[in-house]
Parts: sequence; C-alpha cells; structure tokens
Amino acid sequence: MFRYTKLTGLREFLFWVAALVFLLPFYFLVTTALKSDREVITSSTLAPPTAPDFGNFVKVLTATGNSNVVMGLINSIIITAGSIVLLVLLGSLTGYVIARSTRRWSRVVYYLFLVAIVLPTQLGTVPLYIGARALGLTGSAWGMIVLYTGMLLPLSIFLYAGFFRGLGTEYEEAATIDGASRTQIFFRIVLPLMSPATGTVAILAGLIVWNDFFTSLIFLGGSANQTLPVAMYYYIGSLVSAWNQIFAIVIVSMIPILAFYLFAQKRFIQGFAGGLKG
Amino acid sequence: MSTTFRAGEVAATETERVVLPRRAGRRHPVPAPRRKGLLKFGYWWWALPGILFVVGIHYVATSIGGFFSFTNWTGIGAFELVGLDNFVRIFQDPTKLGALWNTLFLAFGSVILSNILGLGVALGLNRGLKSRYILRTLFFMPVVLSPLATSYIWKFIFDFNGPLNLILRGLGLDTVARAWIADPTWAIWTILVVLVWQNIGFAMVIYMAGLAAVPVEIEEAAAIDGASLWQRFWHVTLPSIRPAVAIATTLGLVNGLRVFDQIMALTGGGPAAATETLATQVYKQSFALGNFGYGAALALLLTLIILAFAVVQQRVTAGRSKED
Repeated sequence: MFRYTKLTGLREFLFWVAALVFLLPFYFLVTTALKSDREVITSSTLAPPTAPDFGNFVKVLTATGNSNVVMGLINSIIITAGSIVLLVLLGSLTGYVIARSTRRWSRVVYYLFLVAIVLPTQLGTVPLYIGARALGLTGSAWGMIVLYTGMLLPLSIFLYAGFFRGLGTEYEEAATIDGASRTQIFFRIVLPLMSPATGTVAILAGLIVWNDFFTSLIFLGGSANQTLPVAMYYYIGSLVSAWNQIFAIVIVSMIPILAFYLFAQKRFIQGFAGGLKG
Repeated sequence: MSTTFRAGEVAATETERVVLPRRAGRRHPVPAPRRKGLLKFGYWWWALPGILFVVGIHYVATSIGGFFSFTNWTGIGAFELVGLDNFVRIFQDPTKLGALWNTLFLAFGSVILSNILGLGVALGLNRGLKSRYILRTLFFMPVVLSPLATSYIWKFIFDFNGPLNLILRGLGLDTVARAWIADPTWAIWTILVVLVWQNIGFAMVIYMAGLAAVPVEIEEAAAIDGASLWQRFWHVTLPSIRPAVAIATTLGLVNGLRVFDQIMALTGGGPAAATETLATQVYKQSFALGNFGYGAALALLLTLIILAFAVVQQRVTAGRSKED
C-alpha cells in the first residue's frame, strides 16, 4: 500500500526544499565568515564572498586573554572528557546497585534521582558558587568536572538503571560459578555488555557539558580555565558587529561537535530518542 | 526502535509514580523480586559516591538556596531573615513580572510550535521517503549545536541590515522590515523563532521513534475501512504515540522554562528588559548585582514553576493514555 508514487516523489522534493530553507542560517554563517573586513561592509549579506578570506580564522585563533578561543577549546575538551569518565564510572556503579537491589531504600534513592533530573540548577547555583569560592574551586577545571558530574549524575544513573534492568542475571551467575569476584564480574563482564548505555550517557551528558554556558559562565568567567562558550561570549562581546570575525569564532566552536555528529549521527539520534526520557 | 519506545513508556509511569506514590495495580518494571535482602552481585556501597554527589549537589545545595531566598544576603558578611519580603518585591516589580510572563510565553510557545512542526516532519518522513535518513540528520543538526553559537547566527539574520530585512525589502515589503532585535514588541518573537528552530529536530526524533512502533497494518485497516487521512491520524496514529507526546512536551517545557543562552546571545534581556526571563534575572541579580537573597528567591520561583509543570504535564498525558 505504501508504494513509491509520484506523490511520494513530490513529498520528498518538498522536504528537501524545506530542509534547505531550514539550514539557510548555515549558508550565512559560512559565507560571512569568509568575507574580508571591507567586503563584509560593502557587499550584500546574501551574496557569497568574491574571494574567500581566511584572515578571520587566523585572528580568532590567535586572540589572547579573556577571548582566548584555543584555550577555551582545550579547556572544554578536558572538562567534557573528565566529566564523561566520572559520569560513566559513578553512574554505572550506582545504577547497577539500584537496578539489582530489591531493598526498599534503592527504590527511594531511585526516585530521588528521578526528581533531581527535572530540578533546575539555578537555585543550587548560588550556594554552590559560594561554597566553591570558599574552597577556592571557582575558576578550576577540577571544580567544574566535579560540578558537572554531580549535576548530570541523576541522568546517567537513570539511564544505566534502565539498561541494567533489561539485562538478565545469567552472565553474572555464570561468572560467579567460574569463581570471578564481584568487582571482576562488574568491570569485565557487566560493564562491557553495557556499551550501548555507556554510549548514550557519553553522548547526552557530553553534549550538555560541552554546550553548557550558564554554569561555566558563573564558575569560570574571567578565569584562565574558561570553556569555549564563555570565551566565545566574551570575545563576541568585545566585537561590535564585526560579523565576519564573530562567525569565524562561531564556526571554530561548532566544528568539533559537528564533525563528531556527522561521524556518529546514528548513535546521536538513537541516544536522544531512546535515552532522553526523564 | 520498538524497545526504545517501550523504555519511554516505562519512564512516564515511573515519573508518575513519584507523583502518585501509592496506587494499586501498578506493575514494576523490575523482574519479580528474587530472594529478599542482600545483593547477589556488586556491593551496596558502590552506590554511595553517586548518592552523596547527587544529594550534595542537587538536594543540599537547592535546600540552602531555598533558605537564602528568605534572607537579604549579599554574598558577603551578615544577613537577616526577611520572611517573604523578596517574594513580595518580585510580585511588585514590573520587570520581574514581565520576566515571569516571558518565561511562560517562550516555554509554551516553543513547546507547542516545535512539537507541531516536529510531528509534521516526522509524519512526512516516516513512510516511503528514500532519503529520510539524510533528511533526519539535517533536521536534527541544530539540536547538537550550542544554543549560544546558533543564536549569534540568528542575531545576524535579524540584524537591521541582515538577510531577513534584505529579503523583505527585495519583496517590496519595506514597511515590514525593522530592527527586529531592538524592537520591544518583536524582540521576544525573534527568541521564540530561534528556540523553535533548534527544538524541531528534537521533537522530530522522539516522534519518529514513536511512529516506528505504530504497526502499518492498523493504518492500512483503517484506510480500507474508509478513514480519511485526518481521521487516520487523529484516531489511529496520535493515540499510539501518546507516550512520545508526553516525553517530547515535558522535556521541551522543562528546558523552555530555563531559557538563558539564547537571550544572552540575542538581546541580553533588552531592549528595556522586554526579553528578560527568570533565568536571566536570577543570573543578573545573583551574580552581576550580588543580591544573593533576591536572586535565590527568583530561582526558587523558577524551580517551583518547573516542578509544578513537570508534575501536571505527567499527570495529564499519563492520565489520557490510561483511558484507552
């Protein structure tokens, strides 16, 4: 019944037109970033550059101080990677115990995590900021990793617990009979079986940490450990409508995540469709 | 795909159970309890670091923040309890009331529009299109990008000399062209456009997962029985994807109520506070002006609104799916 007819072909064509209109902002992004300082003022905003000029990218990548984009990139990578490692480790351990325990407290704790997913960060940010300031953790990459881990741990635990519940105990039983210790069973058998869950956690949490602006603006703003969005915000704040430079920095900030997305788009989309449900 | 869909259903009832703790006849998603008591695998203390982290960073910090909202603390030195003064001040300040209204407008506006459009795209791509996976990848792309970065692109598009006005003038609509972001009436709509643009892909992906679980046979049977396209959608497809609707709208609402990045990039809250939201006000009061107590009161208001809507949303959508 659902054969490919002329009507389907028309639908396909219309969706391509819609997709191109939808992605039109990226056309402006790329064309403007490649215009020289003179051309960006004189030429129409709709027109492509006459001669692509990569000077903006050089300027962006050599900026220093509060607008140091390269440092921001490095800091973002360190903080995102560190948070993902801790989120996978703590999330899987906690999720495992919660999924396997039949005790009442595990159920209570589970609901505690569930509510924490929806709880907005704003209210806790003020005391956390004061606490971090007292401990000298503001402006430090370690402090950020700890903070992000705590913030996103409920999501990670929730996802792991869901996956662990779908996993029968046969593997663990068999390994016990073979004389493996509980730690061995978890790290060598159970966790490797959970690679789809680990992938989902890494993608969802990694994306949230990588793109986060609010928390890093408060805790890292003005420090040497600024993440990419904060560096971008300060840099752009110092430029007055120099759109070619602004868009060069926007492109630089997008390339890592976009490359990653196009490389693993199926996992990204499945992660969102199956994972985000809290 | 069908397994991911089921996982979503479980989540909906789970969340609901937080809201309605005691209800007979609810099925546990856990396999039948084995021997009561001790863990057979792993050790209970493995969960300890995770629990401490979450309790500390979410619950303790949020509780302390809640306490500060009843004080006049400035972040340094002594403070006193001021009762409900902060909240009275919020509801007497037109800027804060405007921020509250903007928050609700943006959250509901973006959820409604991006869900309708996302569902439309999902339905269109669902059956038959050869290139649907490429199209899906393209429509989803904005979701993975930083809201701050994409907002700058839109700031350029809405600029007085930007592409939008250029196109409008080219079409002879000179009177329509304006400085969108500097216009107190239109600035909020530009933010809504950016939010919807970035959230369509997210709604689409949730709905595509939901639609993949709807059996073709039922739709075919309905078509043979003479149901029109609209009837088929309304009576067959939509009821089957209710869990997806619940997930997409709840998450969209919770995120929409927190809107911050887009505003900081596009308008910074201006012109004349026309686009302030609760999140931008929390930031400005607490961290720019140092009014920790007042900022905490705004944050508490935001938290209560988010929790209330999350609960209501779950009850409404879960309640409806139970009628079937």
